[in-house]
Amino acid sequence: MKKIHVTTKINGDTVEFLCDPRETLLDVLRDRLGLTGAKEGCGTGDCGACSVTVDGRLTCSCLMLGVEAEGHEIGTVEGIADGEELHPLQKKFIEYAALQCGICTPGILVAAKNLLERNPDPTEEEVRYWLAGNLCRCTGYDKIIRAVLDTAAEMREAS
Amino acid sequence: MTVSRSLPHDAAPLHVTGQARYVDDIPVPAGCLHLAFGLSTIARGRILSMDLDPVRAAPGVVAVLTAGDLPFANDVSPSVHDEPLLADGRVNYVGQPVFLVVAESHLAARRAARLGRIDYDEEEPILTVEQALAANSRFEDGPVVWEKGDAEAAIAAALRVIEGRVEIGGQEHFYLEGQAALALPQEGGDMMIHSSTQHPTEVQHKVAEALGVPMNAVRVETRRMGGGFGGKESQGNALAVACAVAACVTGQPCKMRYDRDDDMIITGKRHDFRIDYRAGVDAEGRILGVAFTHYARCGWAQDLSLPVADRAMLHADNAYCLPAVRIESHRLRTNTQSATAFRGFGGPQGMVGIERVMDHVAHELGMDPVELRRRNYYAEAAKGGAAPRPAASPRGISDQKEAGGGNTTPYGMEVEDFELGAMTEALLERCDYVARRAAVRAWNARGGAIRKGIAFSPVKFGISFTLTHLNQAGALVHVYQDGSVHLNHGGTEMGQGLFQKVAQVAASRFGIGLEAVKITATDTGKVPNTSATAASSGSDLNGMAVKAACDTIRDRIAAHLAQRFQADAAEVRFEGGRVHVGAESVSFAEAARMAYEGRVSLSATGFYRTPKLAWDRLRGRGRPFYYFAYGCAVTEVAVDARSGEYRILRADILHDAGASLNPAIDIGQVEGGYVQGAGWLTTEELVWDNRGRLMTHAPSTYKIPACSDRPDVFNVALWDGRNREETIYRSKAVGEPPFMLGISAWLALSDAVASFGDVYPALDAPATPERVWAAIRRVRNGV
Ligand code: FES
Ligand code: FES
Repeated sequence: MKKIHVTTKINGDTVEFLCDPRETLLDVLRDRLGLTGAKEGCGTGDCGACSVTVDGRLTCSCLMLGVEAEGHEIGTVEGIADGEELHPLQKKFIEYAALQCGICTPGILVAAKNLLERNPDPTEEEVRYWLAGNLCRCTGYDKIIRAVLDTAAEMREAS
Repeated sequence: MTVSRSLPHDAAPLHVTGQARYVDDIPVPAGCLHLAFGLSTIARGRILSMDLDPVRAAPGVVAVLTAGDLPFANDVSPSVHDEPLLADGRVNYVGQPVFLVVAESHLAARRAARLGRIDYDEEEPILTVEQALAANSRFEDGPVVWEKGDAEAAIAAALRVIEGRVEIGGQEHFYLEGQAALALPQEGGDMMIHSSTQHPTEVQHKVAEALGVPMNAVRVETRRMGGGFGGKESQGNALAVACAVAACVTGQPCKMRYDRDDDMIITGKRHDFRIDYRAGVDAEGRILGVAFTHYARCGWAQDLSLPVADRAMLHADNAYCLPAVRIESHRLRTNTQSATAFRGFGGPQGMVGIERVMDHVAHELGMDPVELRRRNYYAEAAKGGAAPRPAASPRGISDQKEAGGGNTTPYGMEVEDFELGAMTEALLERCDYVARRAAVRAWNARGGAIRKGIAFSPVKFGISFTLTHLNQAGALVHVYQDGSVHLNHGGTEMGQGLFQKVAQVAASRFGIGLEAVKITATDTGKVPNTSATAASSGSDLNGMAVKAACDTIRDRIAAHLAQRFQADAAEVRFEGGRVHVGAESVSFAEAARMAYEGRVSLSATGFYRTPKLAWDRLRGRGRPFYYFAYGCAVTEVAVDARSGEYRILRADILHDAGASLNPAIDIGQVEGGYVQGAGWLTTEELVWDNRGRLMTHAPSTYKIPACSDRPDVFNVALWDGRNREETIYRSKAVGEPPFMLGISAWLALSDAVASFGDVYPALDAPATPERVWAAIRRVRNGV
């Protein structure tokens, strides 16, 4: 099948790639661009492991085609830290031990960061429902929620 | 000391930045091929013919293999060679791999796999417990029966007899990382495998058989899994073997990962059980005798079903001293996925049986269910505790029909470490159980559609593999001349924090910081003949093996320095990153360099085998477990009678991890275990249609707990205790036991449903909203 040329921005950098029109954005990220932080947990939009942002909007990259990224700005887990400096959410996830096998963690961080950008002061319930589309089979979610709430509180104080 | 500290997971910085590599993230060499299985579409029958030409002609396809193309063994079974990699003439369930597609991309392989045309001579499948019993379709010749005392006589003589049946559904592991393997052909026909497996040695073994080479020609490496839960104890064999065979045939690297639907359709799950029970009780609610019949649906191949069903029997008592017991266990062969290991390994099903009995008896006698449970508890171990007795000799095991009594389990093991009496009291007080139970009663007395329920349940879980020879572990430790440490052992990391805990042990033995210890991938080339990381045994076994290896090196360094500084080797101390020799003190790095220059070996293996075990499986007598892990939970729920929907409002847990090696990791295990256990008994429903097709094969139809299902109030604490047995730093295993705390959520639903009338709800599991709704109707109508 003829490959299609796509120009997009990923984590702030302009990126060009060729892809099969049937390939998902997730496959492009993982297989063509070496960005394996986004994971495939289901491939059907039900687990959130593949979460990225597209122009600031939380998206399951398994549900979007690579060619649809043309002209858009994609954010992935690899872009959350500022160089060596971890984002406060990343620090809190480590501090709270809010992960076990860690494979859901990239998707959850992308989703949580997106939430805090929209709503710096979410209630516990808002966090729970915002993250309801991100499955985690290991942790039971408690530490995840507390890490997100605590990050929000700390970021509010800092700003 | 670095043990007993709440340190984060060793790979946490990699996890949060997306850099942690799982098998599918490993960069592959150019020319890597991708595999997919063509699957059986019927549950039972003979293959008459296969037309695979359309598969071969599909774009990107390099090769298509069937059973006849396999060069050597066609088997991926972990037990009795009854599980062909590719169906050989017959198919036994919908989803069984029949042929293997090797293609240039994952997508091309999967698309092509759909194009096979297979003609079958279809037979009537055996799907249910009833069908299997009618056809006498089972593993082993007949049911296994273990007895203590004369249960029938005790029941017959009892004041009240309470009987019933509970159906307990299976459970999909839903490890978030699906099964995956990557094979890299090496020179001279050797094979390197990366596998997402809990059991690298088993993968090595099966790959060697499939390639017709000795085990030394195969190396298996597992850095981490994205969740395992037992689902990667044997279920990864097929992918690794497929990759190895395809790599051997094509000479190219081969990778395989199951897409989620394939994963759920192909791989085994938790065994579903039906349990029939009859219990004789006295007026005070003391169980005098109980008879259980377990019916386990094992699926088409044996896999690990026998030890799973054994462990269900071994937990039929849970925390209760039963004077007379009879347990009959049927291991039924059905045309469904081959049920496999899953956190608890049958223990949860056995425990649900007796907890159901307790719940039912309390309801019939109108007693407080906690009080009833406490009356039946094993006797509490003396506080502080006498030293545990020496190992029972197998010959000392008394006769099968030995009179009941004492503080012994149905299989004749003395319970020496029971502590649930004190734990129960502490938990009830912490969570204000009595007042909350009264409040729930008062709320329900007002009537209305929203009702509440509250329930307590204890856990006593036996720690050790019941196949005694598996209770061994090895480790390999190197100290380099700069004082850095390379750590390897046979355990695998699936998120449970094993690597971190074991590294804490190593750092403590050398008195150095954790940053000096390099944690490395599990590798069959470093530590051979390992057991699966399973049965919660990971840190117990590997921690001890690593300790042994570290101590060997430590003693060598100490002897060398003692000689050099004219001191006594026994007085050399390793502390704070330094080695103290009499009045002298050198850094650990300096000590390593001195030992190296003194031509002292700084590399050692360590080995451990669990003491005291003596188990006669056939007679069901002996000491299968080194010790027990304990926990208890109280869950409160609210139920809406109009829809059957419910929420967990609050969960309080007290769990015993001994002297915890890492409280943060252990609490994480408890929380995750509880939520997974509650999921099993509430929302996670597996549905097969009457042709044996699994209808719930994706997260869209199979509902694991989500963030929004987390209890509103979730209090988890560790019991402040020490293991009485000499485990690593007196800690206790914590992987599986908390899973069964989730039983309290199911019992709380039963309690809420019971408020609608007088009859016992007899709620089956999973108690989906649909089932809860139906149970409410039954209770309201008094049937
Ligand atoms: S992989 Fe995209 S939502 Fe699961
Ligand atoms: S930490 Fe394993 S799935 Fe979330």
